[in-house]
Amino acid sequence: MTNTLAAGAVERHLRARRDAGRGLLMPYVTGGITPGWTDYLRAFAAAGADAIEVGLPFSDPTLDGVTIQQASDTALARGASTRRILADLSGMPDLGVPLVVSTYYNLVLHDGPEAFCAALRRAGAGGLIVPDLPVHEADELTDVAAGAGIDLALLASPATPQPRLAEIADRSRGFVYAVSLMGTTGERADLAASAAELTERIRRVSDRPVLLGFGISTPDQAREARRHADGVVVGAAVMRRVLDGAGPDDLRTFLATLRHALDQEYDRPQ
Amino acid sequence: MRNLLPWREPVPPDGTMGEPRARGRFGEYGGRYAPESLVEACREVDAAFREAWADPGFRGALARLLAVHAGRPTPLTPARRLSEALGVELYLKREDLTHTGSHKINNVLGQALLATRMGRRRLIAETGAGQHGVATATAAALLGLEATVFMGERDIERQSLNVFRMRMLGAEVVPVTTGSRTLKDATSEAMRHWVGATGDSHYCIGSVVGPDPYPWMVREFQRVIGDEARGQCAAELRTGVPDHVVACVGGGSNAAGTFAGFADTPARLVGVEAEGGAGAARGRLGVLHGCRSLFLQDDDGQITQAHSIAPGLDYPGVGPEHAHLRDLGRARYVTVTDDEAISAAVRLARTEGIVPALESAHALAWVIRAADGGDLPAGSTVLMTLSGRGDKDVSTLKELL
Repeated sequence: MTNTLAAGAVERHLRARRDAGRGLLMPYVTGGITPGWTDYLRAFAAAGADAIEVGLPFSDPTLDGVTIQQASDTALARGASTRRILADLSGMPDLGVPLVVSTYYNLVLHDGPEAFCAALRRAGAGGLIVPDLPVHEADELTDVAAGAGIDLALLASPATPQPRLAEIADRSRGFVYAVSLMGTTGERADLAASAAELTERIRRVSDRPVLLGFGISTPDQAREARRHADGVVVGAAVMRRVLDGAGPDDLRTFLATLRHALDQEYDRPQ
Repeated sequence: MRNLLPWREPVPPDGTMGEPRARGRFGEYGGRYAPESLVEACREVDAAFREAWADPGFRGALARLLAVHAGRPTPLTPARRLSEALGVELYLKREDLTHTGSHKINNVLGQALLATRMGRRRLIAETGAGQHGVATATAAALLGLEATVFMGERDIERQSLNVFRMRMLGAEVVPVTTGSRTLKDATSEAMRHWVGATGDSHYCIGSVVGPDPYPWMVREFQRVIGDEARGQCAAELRTGVPDHVVACVGGGSNAAGTFAGFADTPARLVGVEAEGGAGAARGRLGVLHGCRSLFLQDDDGQITQAHSIAPGLDYPGVGPEHAHLRDLGRARYVTVTDDEAISAAVRLARTEGIVPALESAHALAWVIRAADGGDLPAGSTVLMTLSGRGDKDVSTLKELL
């Protein structure tokens, strides 16, 4: 069954940029990680981000590797919460780049899907990623999110069978989040071979933008990812730098190298 | 979509503890809230378990392992002196007499045998105090599998003897240094590890928690407790069926297995939680470790740390079927304090010559309180599952007594 819910602003934005030939860059920051954490969002936008992922830290991030776990613990120890992070976002001027919130489903259920999505909307977010809400459990959230104008992006994994992949691509909004490897978030030495195979399988059933995430941390990996996917999500590589004390300017410099890599000519395998 | 997934046919949510409804639901609880990378692995476990559980060959092999290796059936022991003092007829289902000293072995032998059938060569497990870890290491050694056990760094410090036992049995024990460094973090770490190891490893969850089919499968592997007790009660109790069936609840596996044997009888089911780990009594709706259930949370929706003198009750949530039984009113969930549990342990030691695990002592503490307070009318028959032996808690008790 084809889902008739319209895609929202995040997807329109990403499709337009993708269709113009641009490699998409979505850096991630854990909300509340530092007192002035929203300065990172400005730096990301200035570095040429096409969307920005803002994580709402959760006490038990079961799909995250050690870097994002540490970032979550740090933010929570600082008193970060859904309410405070969204309040910080509400106080920001429009960056011209869509904001995509990511968190675990417990925090969505805690407020209730309707109140949660409405709060996201009020804070100016346009998208949502919930890594522990697989497609077969998503009914409770998909319509509510769409009704609030929030694009709920679903994740696809190398282990996902093809019929299910078609379902995920069909019901996802904003983009399809392609998990590059069988593992948790975190930096890796090389882009996994499973990344190319998965993005190819998604492309076969959908023309929705495909962003590749998990383990993409260097310009070379971004360039390689660009050969297969429409763009990349960069989380742990950003947050390791933040945890090591890097400021917004440092992150802008780092992301500019990824931007540059994504802007290179590339050959897409046929 | 919704029909893409060939899940179970719906059955009425009537509290008789049959199969969960479609999409692994016990009422509104349960489900498979797993990261996409684990969904296929969960489906494979589900398919393999359903096939195995319908296969008399598998059932026979498991029954034989439970008999010759784990020492089943376990006895039903009348607690004569304590019964007399309390004015009720108390019977103890003696899971403390199984090999490795707790009911954990029932589930682990089932899952290890299933893993072998699925062609897996390694078991992954989480453990708090180490009971499930030791049981997993034992089953792995018995069946020639490898075992990797995740254990919080704080628990490793507190339970060094069990760490040694696991290593002696050939298991790898991996310290978990993140979060609160206890059971919930060990569970998260085991799930993370499974994501990267689904091809050759089976995640052997230790309680009736986790993504579907685990809450159902673990309860089925534990229902041997309730099924045996049902038959033993029929033979030995003047009422045939006990008036009350009582068990302690952390995640809730020994209680689920016990209750399953009596859910279709008039027996009143009572789950006893630790005051500081009362997921069923005080938890709020949430999703953690793959299932929708009741969890202890703060006002921001962050999972809070459970606190109990009994490490096996130190989990901030409860299995989804317990949440459902609570909502239906089919089972009642009560709490007791550390002090009540300690007193109950000592009392059982001195009246019956049995040193219970501190987890099991919680169930007994409620029986004592309820008998004294009139919640259990004089002459009531009570079946209580004594889930484990107290050897592991002796050093804790030595500090306190």
